[in-house]
Amino acid sequence: MSDDHVYLTLAEGHEDDARWAYGTGFEDPLHGVDTTVPQGIDAGELAALCVALADDALVSAQRLAEWITRAPELEEEVALANIGLDLLGQARLLYSRAGQADGTGRDEDAYAYFRDAADFRNVRLAEAPNGDFAFSIVRLLLLSSWRLAHFERLASHPDPVLAAIATKGVKELAYHRQYAAEWTVRLGDGTEESHRRTRKALEQVAPYLGELFTAYDVRDEVVAVLRQVTQAAGLPMPVYRPLPGSGRDGQHTEHLAPLLAELQGVARAHPEATW
Amino acid sequence: MTEQLQEHFDATISRDQRIEPRDWMPDGYRRTLIRQIAQHAHSEIIGMQPEGEWITKAPSLRRKAILFAKVQDEAGHGLYLYSAAETLGTDRAELTNRLIEGRQKYSSIFNYPTVSFADVGVIGWFVDGAAICNQVPLCRSSYGPYARAMVRICKEESFHQRQGYELLMTMMRGTEAQREMVQDAVNRWWWPSLMMFGPPDDASPNSAQSMAWKIKRHSNDELRQRFVDMTVPQAEKLGVTLPDPELRWNAERGHHDFGTPDWDELMRVIKGDGPCNDQRMQRRRSAHEEGAWVREAATAHAAKQAARAEKGAAA
Repeated sequence: MSDDHVYLTLAEGHEDDARWAYGTGFEDPLHGVDTTVPQGIDAGELAALCVALADDALVSAQRLAEWITRAPELEEEVALANIGLDLLGQARLLYSRAGQADGTGRDEDAYAYFRDAADFRNVRLAEAPNGDFAFSIVRLLLLSSWRLAHFERLASHPDPVLAAIATKGVKELAYHRQYAAEWTVRLGDGTEESHRRTRKALEQVAPYLGELFTAYDVRDEVVAVLRQVTQAAGLPMPVYRPLPGSGRDGQHTEHLAPLLAELQGVARAHPEATW
Repeated sequence: MTEQLQEHFDATISRDQRIEPRDWMPDGYRRTLIRQIAQHAHSEIIGMQPEGEWITKAPSLRRKAILFAKVQDEAGHGLYLYSAAETLGTDRAELTNRLIEGRQKYSSIFNYPTVSFADVGVIGWFVDGAAICNQVPLCRSSYGPYARAMVRICKEESFHQRQGYELLMTMMRGTEAQREMVQDAVNRWWWPSLMMFGPPDDASPNSAQSMAWKIKRHSNDELRQRFVDMTVPQAEKLGVTLPDPELRWNAERGHHDFGTPDWDELMRVIKGDGPCNDQRMQRRRSAHEEGAWVREAATAHAAKQAARAEKGAAA
């Protein structure tokens, strides 16, 4: 049979099996970067910053993963997975940097799988349940605009590793924001039902906004994006309502613990295992 | 006229050249292709479910990323395949309806449950492996758009197979509990995987015509044999036992002999009585129904945009 050679290549022995799984086309953005924490940087603060940013990304990726096989269209399956994968990639790099900076040498999985909800530092908007597509899109618009504005600043952070992670992340986040903005406009402008749902989503995210702006001083940029998008969508700006406490201090809603139970269950059931 | 067209078509097929969307083709060829490509597309989409369940539970971030990317690839494969089917004059929405209404099938393998994380590895190894055996010959299918979609899909499937096998290798080097999980998953997936090649040749009604049209290039039994021969040495290297007491090398044939799958089980699963048929269809249907307002919004927005652009141009 003339396609025998194709089979041979597919089924050949894989002596160097560690090679396959990593080659998903990702480059190592930290390749060649010196990972020692430069003098003059508070390593503890750097680690805390990396963990908080990683937690936002991991919890968001977990919520995006819940959309898989439930999205309204195949293109959305692909796009939401893409965004989830980008955020997961950011989380992995940031956890690794945190482990280097805090001197514990913990790896990415130690942070993701072996801390409890009270030790997570993500903002509460990230952990809110997915709701309908409108809520997930409005949340993505807010989180990506906020993270992008902050990453643009972090790109010139004195820690070269964090700066490199942020530089890579800026390109990804610009796409996430674009995707969310386009959908917000479609939904706001589309039908009566989509307009009503998106309007409601904007009301639902309002209590979580304060936390974003307390964490990082990027309020003007985010508000400018929101104003532009809501205007194009024919939607009102969200009215800002404060919610006491902050995920950045480990105060979470009731939704984080079940999310983590699902994320961590298998890993914790087999603490001695290697995967 | 039709006679001449038929002659031209037959000559193209016999020269091993490709039929392209604008070419004349017999109705039966078109219908068979639509059915086969649609079933393949549906299988990719339904096939996201058994593994997709584990993205949120994957026990390391690296495995989570690999699995997330794999399931995303499957959605991408579904997209190319629906596009290939659209070149034959039927649109994706119609094919999705046929799936949801149960008028078109998907691969029976996806009606089995994934009960542990080892299943993710075994699906990569067996199910993607079987898919590769089935699909590599389709890269030479007589219908151009299908053959070209297959080239890209096969490359990605072979990557998924290696990733699955690599996960199992890692688990086999881990704890006793992990090795037991792998063997258990192998025991559950082996026979359903052999059934992926379809019924035996003497009970496969559509095969002969599809082979003549070069839509299909090898018989079900030939492909099944190939899969067994390919998998046995991989199982040895991994250190697992394939659950078939009749499995042994036959030097005379130059192939492995193996037991007979339970064809009644295959028929039951195809007819809808597999362990997860209802669950898979229910998920696909609810995603489609719950997403209806989103798709309607996108259509309405596009129409409004077009109307605004027209008005702007007229003004």
